[in-house]
Amino acid sequence: MNKHLTREDDFEQRRQHLKSLSEEELKQRFWDLADQATKPLIDLAKQNTTPAIERSVLLRMGFSSLEANALVQKIIGHQLIGKGAGHVVYRYSTLKKISIRQAGLDLLQNHGWQEVISSFEVKQ
Amino acid sequence: MNVNEKLDIQNILKDLDQYEPRRRGWTWRIPEKNLVMGENIYLDASKPLQNSIPLPAAKYFDFIDPQPIQVITSEIASGRFEDDIRRMRMAAWHGADHLMVIRTAGQSHFDGLIEGTPQGVGGVPISRKQVRAQRKALDLIEDEVGRPINYHSYVSGVAGPDIAVMFAEEGVNGAHQDPQYNVLYRNINMVRSFVDAAESKQIMSWANILQIDGAHNANATAMVAWKVMPELMVQHAINSLFSVKAGIKKENIALSTVPPTASPAPDIRINLPYAKALRDFFSDYKMRAQMNTKYMESSTREATVTHVLNMMISKLTSADIQSTITPDEGRNVPWHMYNVEACDTAKQALIGMDGLLELVELKEEGYLPEKVRELKERAVLFFEELISTGGYFEAVEKGFFIDSGIYPERNGDGISRKIDGGVGANTVYARDEDYMAPVTAHFGYNNIKQYGLCEGDNPSSLIGGCTFEDRSKIIYIDELDETDNVNVRMDETKKYRNTKLVKPEVEWLGDGTVVIDITLPTSIKYAEAASLEIAKQMNLMEAEVIHKEVLHPAEATRIQVKGKINFDIDLETLTLPKEPDILSDKEIRDYIEEHPMTIIAGTVGEDEHSVGLREIIDIKHGGIEKYGIKCIYLGTSVPISKLVDAAIEANADAILMSTIISHDDVHYKNMKKTHDLAVEKGVRDRLIIIAGGTQVTPELAKKQGVDAGFGRGTKGNHVASFLVKRKEEMDDN
Repeated sequence: MNKHLTREDDFEQRRQHLKSLSEEELKQRFWDLADQATKPLIDLAKQNTTPAIERSVLLRMGFSSLEANALVQKIIGHQLIGKGAGHVVYRYSTLKKISIRQAGLDLLQNHGWQEVISSFEVKQ
Repeated sequence: MNVNEKLDIQNILKDLDQYEPRRRGWTWRIPEKNLVMGENIYLDASKPLQNSIPLPAAKYFDFIDPQPIQVITSEIASGRFEDDIRRMRMAAWHGADHLMVIRTAGQSHFDGLIEGTPQGVGGVPISRKQVRAQRKALDLIEDEVGRPINYHSYVSGVAGPDIAVMFAEEGVNGAHQDPQYNVLYRNINMVRSFVDAAESKQIMSWANILQIDGAHNANATAMVAWKVMPELMVQHAINSLFSVKAGIKKENIALSTVPPTASPAPDIRINLPYAKALRDFFSDYKMRAQMNTKYMESSTREATVTHVLNMMISKLTSADIQSTITPDEGRNVPWHMYNVEACDTAKQALIGMDGLLELVELKEEGYLPEKVRELKERAVLFFEELISTGGYFEAVEKGFFIDSGIYPERNGDGISRKIDGGVGANTVYARDEDYMAPVTAHFGYNNIKQYGLCEGDNPSSLIGGCTFEDRSKIIYIDELDETDNVNVRMDETKKYRNTKLVKPEVEWLGDGTVVIDITLPTSIKYAEAASLEIAKQMNLMEAEVIHKEVLHPAEATRIQVKGKINFDIDLETLTLPKEPDILSDKEIRDYIEEHPMTIIAGTVGEDEHSVGLREIIDIKHGGIEKYGIKCIYLGTSVPISKLVDAAIEANADAILMSTIISHDDVHYKNMKKTHDLAVEKGVRDRLIIIAGGTQVTPELAKKQGVDAGFGRGTKGNHVASFLVKRKEEMDDN
């Protein structure tokens, strides 16, 4: 394990700015800091996705865990993950006017990828 | 379900593809203010159960079984969920209404859902089939006990969102979810963990699943457990507020909090200020009081005492959920009876401390509030440095967490993870401007406008509803592995299911495990080896020492050995002792009216026990007085001669001698003395002599010359029936 910062307990010096705060003010400060710490984390989550999130979307769309996993792998392979895995399946189903489930199963059989890619205007 | 029949596991496994959970979300106990049970009033109790097993001492209190107000957790995960189902029924009867399933080793790193029912190691592989089977069984069990049971497992690892969806669909009621757990203890990439967590939490929020965080693990991991207290508050805050921002209501967020230290440290003096500080800061959230595991060794007694002290903290502050830890967790994957013991410990301690805060209050001056304030300030300082160092990720990289110093002291030995390292690193993808997910409960950016929907519309309307609206869309997988599944395992233990064959078990049907408790008059070194030799000569297989305790370095050592037996017992071949022959109350009363009877009663020897005998004679306990039998009670420590002389003087029909102390068989020796003295005085043929006590075996008592012996569980009508019948026999002769 890397050796990190070591420090004697300097609580008395550090606490000077806190010691005059009331209990309520101290609590408020604690939660303000928690707010600052979690804001960048939640923003990150809003703007990004992961294979697990995309699998969870496909599960909700009616695919099995095995199908969801295989589909997400193919979608990442085709560099379409930024569109959303559910979106890819949805797009193909509307392009071909077939059910969501049929669209996913066709994509799993390696059908239709070119049509999806061009409809998203993604450069491969 | 018939309480006298075993759960039919085969039937539970049948038609699981058709199973639908009866509800979603968490259920709290129903408080009953000023509940009256027996002669007692309870201030912090909840609605009683229809079926339950009360504490052993309840027999002295009309068998009441008051239930505390806290939800009580039992963690059950032996590796075979089909056997765990039976243990869940046992735990529910002993007061558990939150059943938590620990996952099998390695599931955190499994990228997707596990399907089927493979056997687990140190936990259960959580799969849709396994969850359905257990939830279905809990539906039956909760109807049997008469209280909703919350089912719980983990939404963590690299497949958190997948698992959250499955839990939402299958009616799981509670779940652990805390990305910090992934980061610090499972070395899963921190960015991935937080991005996944927001989705998981949004899904959990939709399903009203109660969330429990993972901060208690810091306590179990830290080198000096109690020094992580300031940091624990920071960890709780990060997960709690992140959860609120991801959509979970505060009332569905529970902090998993552990009293960090344990005896021989001054437990309450260190743990109470921390518990108070935490509850002050987190007054909007629920508290799940976990128990200390950091200092658990193989002594189940020591663990139990630690846990009772932990519950005193719960009662002095607050706990919405009281977790239990099986006292054998320090030495093996928990066994049936220890889950039950832990539930009983919780019930006994919490009910025992009923209304504690009506009697005492926490001091508002002096050590306690000063220490509380100090801990809060240390936590604020930790947060300040976390922010100034660049935020959570940077702080983790720099080893802020699980440092053995009490912050701001730092010993440089914290757990450090790299922002771009760990399992699942580089698997986070930016959402494009046209990113879209046509499902319910999806967190974050979702461009549904491109398909004509407005903000606030449910994205799943694009596909006519997702599985959350229409569960017929769920694809159920039964089994994937032909050799590792529940059917194969059930086949192997078939001879013990619905047959008359039994074998001892501690976790799995037919596991054959027994424990022997051996005290040897030698040193620990020899005692261990000697115990294994004893086990060998007793034909125990796979014998292993699970506990050692020095009673004195030279005088004696206590050893517990577990091992397996390899024979079955056929219940058909057993001869059961005859059930006591009982007359009806009317028959007894009628007889006594025509043949008045007087008895002399007392506890003999140097013995001050009186409760058992009083129960047999006192009218208010349903004793023999109620039939009109005249009882002359001589008290305790009655000499034998006094008992016999009093019987002669009162011209009594019978002597009822109680004898509790059994050391060196003194109880049997006293029976013989009484018989002999009655013979000597020439009254034996007209005097009935009855001996009773918890250690009395009827057959052995009769061998001492008395007319009858009564052991544990005897009631007044047993004794009265015997008196009447014996008297009739004597009159006939």
